Amino acid sequence: MLPEEISKFIGKSIGVVACEVEKGSIKRFADAVDDPNLLYWDEKYAGKSRYGSIIAPPGFFGWPVNLPRGMTFQRPTDISDPPEATENMRAALAKAGFGRVVDGGIEYEFFQPVRAGDVLSAKSMIKDITEREGKTGKMAFVIIETAYHNQSDELVAKARATAIYR
Amino acid sequence: MAKQLYWENIEIGGEVIPLSKVATTRMLVKWAGASGDFNPLHYDAAFAAVQGVGSPIVHGALKRQWLVQLMTDWMGEQGTLKKFSCSYRAMDWPRKMATPMTPEEGETWQCKGKVTKKYIEDDKHLVDCDIWIENSKGEVTTPGTATVMLPGRS
Repeated sequence: MLPEEISKFIGKSIGVVACEVEKGSIKRFADAVDDPNLLYWDEKYAGKSRYGSIIAPPGFFGWPVNLPRGMTFQRPTDISDPPEATENMRAALAKAGFGRVVDGGIEYEFFQPVRAGDVLSAKSMIKDITEREGKTGKMAFVIIETAYHNQSDELVAKARATAIYR
Repeated sequence: MAKQLYWENIEIGGEVIPLSKVATTRMLVKWAGASGDFNPLHYDAAFAAVQGVGSPIVHGALKRQWLVQLMTDWMGEQGTLKKFSCSYRAMDWPRKMATPMTPEEGETWQCKGKVTKKYIEDDKHLVDCDIWIENSKGEVTTPGTATVMLPGRS
């Protein structure tokens, strides 16, 4: 059983981040994956496609990205609803002996394409925290759910990410 | 990319066209910059050693995007990726660079998939797949699932 100091974070909002999806960022992302799909690279080609414009690879939601402060590029003004919950949760986990974290995996649902020029609003919350026994000892599994809406307020994607603390 | 896939041509148990990937230290640097994940676990040898992983490891999310590409390449331009999931079960280590542009000889990863279900839901023609990444020893480091919507022939 996880102590109340940790389980109290379940259900807490992490905040809302406004993410700009830029053509250059899309290309840099596709280049890092080594994905030559012309829909990500070629305006003319993408313009003639059913999308009408360059799209982002599924899994790219623009900048800034939804990662803890200090781990990524983020200006204080990027976050409209400060993510104190994550920082406090991490502190509580560290105090309980779960000082290290690794990315455990992710689930996505895609509803609409993400286009270059979109501004997405990424709203996250701490969905669940569970304790598990592993080979190296006790671990805490933290599930973060994020909903991405575009500038027309359409739901474009949902993500359910697992962070494993040990 | 392969020619367009149609829902009618899908068979249960059929294979997704495999995709080969080579992770290099250079690719990990590109990924850090492109994804915004600046965790030194993926580029700092001393830090990685202290964390107990030996040397810098491949970002889980980069492997995720390999698997996304596995599906987007296979489904064709008229296909749509609807659902996706993966778990970073085992670590992978990148090849080092031999020259600024070419990696040393070493590991090649295979992204693979298999069709598990074919169905129609709300007029959408859907296909479920099990997907995974194998390292050069054939071990599955990153298992997952995906659902694509495909065009019908009619």
